[in-house]
Amino acid sequence: MSEFWSWWIILITVVNVLGCWALLYWTRRVKGSVGENETTGHVYDGIEEYNNPLPKWWLNMFNICLVFSVAYLILYPGLGNFAGVLGWSQTNQHTEEVTEAKKTYAPLFEKYALIPLQQLSKMKQATEMGKRIFVNTCFGCHGSDARGNPGYPDLTDNDWLYGGSPTNIESSIINGRNGVMPAFEAALNAEQLDNVVQYVGQLSGNKVDIAKATDGKMVFEQHCFACHGNDGKGNIALGAPNLTDSNWLYGGSSTIIAKTIREGRMGAMPAHLDILGKERAHLVAAYVYSLSNRQ
Amino acid sequence: MSETLTLTYNYKVVKQFSIMTVVWGIVGMLVGVIIAAQLFFPDLTYGIEYLTFGRLRPLHTNAVVFAFGGSALMATSLYVVQRTCQAPLISNALAAFVFWGWQLVIVLAAVSLPMGITGGKEYAELEWPIDILIAVVWIAYAILFFGTIMKRKSAHIYVANWFYGAFIITVAVLHIVNSAAIPVTLTKSYSAYGGAIDAMVQWWYGHNAVGFFLTAGFLGMMYYFIPKQAERPVYSYRLSIVHFWALIATYMWAGPHHLQYTALPDWAQSLGMVFSLILLAPSWGGMINGIMTLSGAWHKLRTDPILKFLIVSLSFYGMSTFEGPMMAIKTVNALSHYTDWTIGHVHSGALGWVAFVTIGAMYYLIPKLYGRKEMFSVDLINVHFWVSTIGVVLYIAAMWIAGVMQGLMWRAVNADGTLTYSFIESVTTTYPFYAIRLVGGILFLSGMFFMAYNTYKTIQAGPDNAANQ
Repeated sequence: MSEFWSWWIILITVVNVLGCWALLYWTRRVKGSVGENETTGHVYDGIEEYNNPLPKWWLNMFNICLVFSVAYLILYPGLGNFAGVLGWSQTNQHTEEVTEAKKTYAPLFEKYALIPLQQLSKMKQATEMGKRIFVNTCFGCHGSDARGNPGYPDLTDNDWLYGGSPTNIESSIINGRNGVMPAFEAALNAEQLDNVVQYVGQLSGNKVDIAKATDGKMVFEQHCFACHGNDGKGNIALGAPNLTDSNWLYGGSSTIIAKTIREGRMGAMPAHLDILGKERAHLVAAYVYSLSNRQ
Repeated sequence: MSETLTLTYNYKVVKQFSIMTVVWGIVGMLVGVIIAAQLFFPDLTYGIEYLTFGRLRPLHTNAVVFAFGGSALMATSLYVVQRTCQAPLISNALAAFVFWGWQLVIVLAAVSLPMGITGGKEYAELEWPIDILIAVVWIAYAILFFGTIMKRKSAHIYVANWFYGAFIITVAVLHIVNSAAIPVTLTKSYSAYGGAIDAMVQWWYGHNAVGFFLTAGFLGMMYYFIPKQAERPVYSYRLSIVHFWALIATYMWAGPHHLQYTALPDWAQSLGMVFSLILLAPSWGGMINGIMTLSGAWHKLRTDPILKFLIVSLSFYGMSTFEGPMMAIKTVNALSHYTDWTIGHVHSGALGWVAFVTIGAMYYLIPKLYGRKEMFSVDLINVHFWVSTIGVVLYIAAMWIAGVMQGLMWRAVNADGTLTYSFIESVTTTYPFYAIRLVGGILFLSGMFFMAYNTYKTIQAGPDNAANQ
């Protein structure tokens, strides 16, 4: 803020505060002041006005509010560029609170950071911490119960797009994942599309048109095998889902399968290193690992 | 009072606005009840895009503030200015333009908001063509009001007109500055401001909409209808001077308290906070002046339900103008902001103060306009009073408890540094209070139906002899 604007703010603030006092002072002796139970003499549509003095307690309250405000503006930022005697700012307050929190909680997080994930996932306090971080960070997509939503994987089953080993899970959280299913609208004609939909349905045991599915197998082997494999069991290196089970990320009806193939899908798990930090990501990973590895 | 003088007053526009006050009150509060029900039954209107919460909520706020509140303010201000200045409105054509123009604005809002056409600014959602219409109608309203003041018979201007005048001028300035936008199409525009400045302009507008539309305007109403109904002189002329000037000067600063602990610079946040605190005194000045006007006539409160509405409105006004400054304090705000406490606070003002004083004023005004001594049924006014009072108490108590609980749950931290509750747990805990709020809202709305019936019967009955004496 330039000097000019700073002084401008100071000026109008001071004028307004002093103006309130001037108003109180001035009305102590309004002209034509009359005693109690006498009116000012004005009559508006039958309404008259007394001119009772300002209630004492109310005047005191007004003065206290004004004095408090002046004191506050001396102590805290408010008057333009003047930072206030205490040097307080919301940024400082935030930094102090975060520093304090780090100092208090860091030893516990550091202790857990050194414990391998598999072992950590069996420690109750650690998974409880991981759970609470999870329900406040990951719930928007995966749900508070970690059972996912269409497009966002269920984390409680044993089906893993990118692998369910401790390293895989931790890497998914820290670095994020980008799943890409390309759109096949241009590559397939309507008949090919219909056939391959039937075949994919057949892979997970749906009731399908056998003849179409047989033709669809050829389409699959031509276009889909590179990611999903010839047997349709997927590839965790690419995040390509296993199509032979009954778990569906976006839904397993023929309509939705057709839409997925036609338009493609973009799955994005954001990288959480900057959001959580290594230690907390480690605890979340332990919790997520524990969900599908219960004894 | 001479018969000829009475006849020259333009009561037509006052009647029109008074009836629309009742109609829009029902519409606005009905939409409020629907969105309160949606919070309790989330699937209530599932799949109907026009009825989603996000579209109906601005419809609710616009309908109660600008349609219900606006019609009430225009009805009473145009009545009061004529009566207290002893001058008819300067132009009947202009009065008709203001009425039909304002109704057009409301209808356009009721159509465009459910269609999802919005500028995205809270309490200023309407898109730029409607904003221009509002500005034109508002300026016409200002010319009508101040033109009439200039033709007054008395040397002085009655205090009610100061407040109405401040409301009219300030709302014009607020609306025009905040709605400045760059149009892209007929139904889409972008704010002329960016980032934190846009937020500051928005809340400078937003809080002064509360300060001048929902406070100054209704204080004008209070200053006429309380002394009239109580048949007592106003308590203190000089108190009205002090609290008027202190109120309008101080309100201008209060906006930043909506942006505590945000990207807004510290100095602006602090100024917003201290001036909000100072505001407590001038606000209570108005409450004192209204309530003390009744001194010497307290017994009337026992029998007169209109006075009950008017005096209880001032109690709620005092309560919410105490609560507001407290919530503006940074440490309190850190707890209350983003919770349902804010919703409770707003409704203690909007239902308890604005709606109560309006209802009281309308029960005084409607029989006068239609040549009757009193409303068709005074008992029904009493029923309306109690139903509304129970409704508003249920509503705000539920939201206070829910809000404080949310604030405490969101900030609760375990010994290991993790948050104690997930967001969904705070929602689950709030759930029963949404039911109580819904019941409160339904009660308040049902009171408005009693009012509509009572109004209909009063008008239908036609003039009686008692009122013409």
